[in-house]
Amino acid sequence: MSMPYYVAPEQIMKDRADYARKGIARGRAMVALRYAGGIALVAENPSNTLRKVSEIYDRIAFAGVGKYNEFDQLRVAGVRAADLKGFQYSRDDVDARSLANSYAQMLGQIFTHEMKPMEVEILVAEVAHDDVSDQLFHILYDGTVVDERRFSVLGGDADAITARLNESWTEGLELDACLRAAVAALAGPDRQLVADDLEVALLDRAATRRCFRRLDDDVVEAYLATSPPSAE
Amino acid sequence: MSMPMFAAGDDPGASFPELLRRMGLHAVAPTSDASDLLTPHATTCIALRFADGVVMAGDRRATSGNLISHRSMEKLVQADAFSGVAIAGAAGPAMEMIKLFQLQLEHYEKVEGSSLSLEGKANQLSMMVRSNLPAAMQGLAVVPIFGGFDLRRNTGRLWTYDVTGGRYEEHEFVSTGSGSLHAGTVIKLGHRPQITRDEAINLACRALWEAADADSATGGPDALRGIYPVVATITAAGWQRIGDDDLAGRYVTIASEMRSRT
Repeated sequence: MSMPYYVAPEQIMKDRADYARKGIARGRAMVALRYAGGIALVAENPSNTLRKVSEIYDRIAFAGVGKYNEFDQLRVAGVRAADLKGFQYSRDDVDARSLANSYAQMLGQIFTHEMKPMEVEILVAEVAHDDVSDQLFHILYDGTVVDERRFSVLGGDADAITARLNESWTEGLELDACLRAAVAALAGPDRQLVADDLEVALLDRAATRRCFRRLDDDVVEAYLATSPPSAE
Repeated sequence: MSMPMFAAGDDPGASFPELLRRMGLHAVAPTSDASDLLTPHATTCIALRFADGVVMAGDRRATSGNLISHRSMEKLVQADAFSGVAIAGAAGPAMEMIKLFQLQLEHYEKVEGSSLSLEGKANQLSMMVRSNLPAAMQGLAVVPIFGGFDLRRNTGRLWTYDVTGGRYEEHEFVSTGSGSLHAGTVIKLGHRPQITRDEAINLACRALWEAADADSATGGPDALRGIYPVVATITAAGWQRIGDDDLAGRYVTIASEMRSRT
């Protein structure tokens, strides 16, 4: 009788993490940033139909990068969990934190127990009624949850994008400045991104119930074209 | 709560009622006659088409037998941006059906990434009424009307239902509930194909007035408590509820017309 080869658990986890990270790095990145009027979600996405950013509930949005079928499955599960919770209790009881925890549980479970980890990174964003309590939960392929305060970067090249946003993001940015900062950070110094390459949506704090709103290409174009406020 | 995940071949899709069934959260029909329970009943609702869309209206009264159980119930609600639903019948199941219907439209929109067509929404409501049939057989009947603006055909459309889920599209007006005969007759007499929005709102107000005048289960405008029917228009611009101040003014005009006749 032959014995299976022994593989150290550290090695198994490392292999899985490398596998997931490679899959995620192949895709294009997205960023979510707080601005004066809510949260802006900006993804580099040449497709007009396969979405990376979408609505989960009244004040909650979802974003995913990596393998489309996998994060879309997570998105639908989130919509279902949120709608069921709102139906059973109240619309006010649906919150991003508990949703993020459920996602983390599920991704962690899949990472350790399934044949292959999910090649995704997801974001659960909730816009608050006031401008200091917005929440951004960044969840990794292994179930790690990061609670971010200012902005969140998902996908390949995240470190470089984060470094660029650290330079340009400030508290209380207006929407146009925020979108310009996001697009410049996604593009980097050597590329130029236009509205057609982007998928942009907002969680608009001022909306009465459903805060999620997509921005059409021409609207994005107009925001990006506005000249930056004159230098001081 | 754990995340509802399903195997690819076993997925409930964009159907929220089906999801509820899977999770064991769906309503169960009574097994014996519930009509003697004297549960609250909601009454008259109407809808009519005008040049740019539809007007929908519902009175505010719920009754339990000969008693008024609720004075300010809202039986007409916005279903989504371009449609509204109004329900007459057993108030509990009716409000539950409205809530479920609203949720279903939103759930579909979020899961699929696009809204159902107006026809699809009407069909969805028909299936909900049909699934309530066992409860209806035990005395908890629910009969909705549905109206909305069809963005694909650029016109307002109306549907009426029966307790078995039968779905009938009407071209002028629909009415449901105990005062529907009186309200429907008023609209029938006053309706013209190209009636304006303003005239259509007046006609709806007048129809509910006459229904309340002849049917004890239908509530009239209550100036003392400031309770007026729920009236809304749905056009290409979407759902718009008419304010109570506006309705108060219209009912003052109707009352003075009535006085001038005596």
